[in-house]
Amino acid sequence: MKFHRIFALFLRHFYLIKGSFPRILDLIYWPTIQIILWGFISKFFTMYSDFYNHTVGIILTAAILYDFLFRSSISFNMLFLEEIWSRNFTNLFISPLKVSEIIAALTATALIRTLIGIVPAILLATPLFSVSLFSLGPSLMILLLSLYIFGMTLGLFVVAGLLRYGPAFENVAWSSLFLLAPLGCIYYPLSILPDWLQILAKALPLVYIFEEVRSILLNNIVNYSNIMTALVLNSIYFLLSVFTFYKAFHEARMKGTLINVGE
Amino acid sequence: MPAIEINNLNKKYKKAYAVKDINFKIDKGKTIGLLGPNGCGKSTTIGMMLGLIKPTSGTVLINGKDIEKNRTNILQKMNFISPYIELPKKLTIEENLNVYGRLYGVKDLKNKILELMEKLNLTEFGKRKTGELSSGQKNRVSLAKALINDPEILLLDEPTASLDPDVGDYVRGIIENFSSKNGSTILLASHNMNEVERLCDEVLMMNKGKIIDKGKSKDLINKHGRKNLEEVFLKIVRNKNEVS
Repeated sequence: MKFHRIFALFLRHFYLIKGSFPRILDLIYWPTIQIILWGFISKFFTMYSDFYNHTVGIILTAAILYDFLFRSSISFNMLFLEEIWSRNFTNLFISPLKVSEIIAALTATALIRTLIGIVPAILLATPLFSVSLFSLGPSLMILLLSLYIFGMTLGLFVVAGLLRYGPAFENVAWSSLFLLAPLGCIYYPLSILPDWLQILAKALPLVYIFEEVRSILLNNIVNYSNIMTALVLNSIYFLLSVFTFYKAFHEARMKGTLINVGE
Repeated sequence: MPAIEINNLNKKYKKAYAVKDINFKIDKGKTIGLLGPNGCGKSTTIGMMLGLIKPTSGTVLINGKDIEKNRTNILQKMNFISPYIELPKKLTIEENLNVYGRLYGVKDLKNKILELMEKLNLTEFGKRKTGELSSGQKNRVSLAKALINDPEILLLDEPTASLDPDVGDYVRGIIENFSSKNGSTILLASHNMNEVERLCDEVLMMNKGKIIDKGKSKDLINKHGRKNLEEVFLKIVRNKNEVS
């Protein structure tokens, strides 16, 4: 891998964001609205029942973390879709860029896009609802890393689909995370799901990440087995997604679709 | 050693051959025209030369190296322009050239960009977004991107399509100049026969996935008893069996 090529692709997307105020606004707008909406809903529950005492903290923390995951995955997809929409796709694949460099550049750029969107929302949550992500303590960084890897994994699967099936796969790019959200137990514990769904849900790293968030916030207990399970599952899925991406690239070359994606 | 060597190249999609058993060599510094009707396999051939399409069988050797095994190193010294691909519209000309210069690892990039913009009459538009340019200006930006790495091998797919005669002539002059100065090898796919006659040392005629004739423009015109290359093209495309 060559840093100058990774940086060049990063620069392409940096210029795109830098040159468009509506794009920056769009990145910030949705996470902020999401946090404000969930904040007020949670506050409403707290006001009318002692049972929901921790609701604001738990729901808002889960909402911020879920949005971090959602933005990172969508950002990854968006970066790739931008190349298809602008018909620049072929230019990249006839340059000396390697597939591994594309993955590295998209991963780094998606993080910047995600942070632009999520940081204002995190900053707003403290004065508006007295909720801070930092109440998760040192585990926060590992949980964020775990979520980010899962976001990249989903992004890679979707991008592999775009490579293999072309722009027709675009709708999946938008809906991929919504399909997994109910099983991820983001806003409720695993025990809420029926037994047979719990078996499926346990295959997702999201379950362990959000169970851990609730464990820290409610009981002030850090359960390292949850953190480790999430990281191990994430590593397996990430490797699988990288393999799928390479396979999709190979198949796109076989089918000749790299030369006219976007048309 | 030829700059480009194509050996028994085939590309089959399901049951149909897009390219069937083609062979040719292009010596360093030569400009070769690739002619043929739409759908004859030109783009597929170019796609395989760029490593975008995997051949069903056969080899593409660039400077003696197989593109399938040395993709990154070979693409470092090649470039391509086609009216069917574009540069990001929201980036300025300078930004686009900066991105592609870095992708190709160009040294002294700042001066290279200035030099190319001056050569292609783009200096005054450097800060303009590429999407805001006229089609002639966009074409020149694409050409600047294709020349940013001083490619040893340049593949041009209809480089003057949709350009007015004046801009078309200007672009042909740039290509001619680049070729003579850098000694680069050029493969030019075009439907503009005057362009091919002006720029190319030799011509490859393709139809239905095969190379059906090749030679210097004048020799082909004499061989087929026609007045110009366009008439030769029409004869070959309309009545392939007449071709010897």
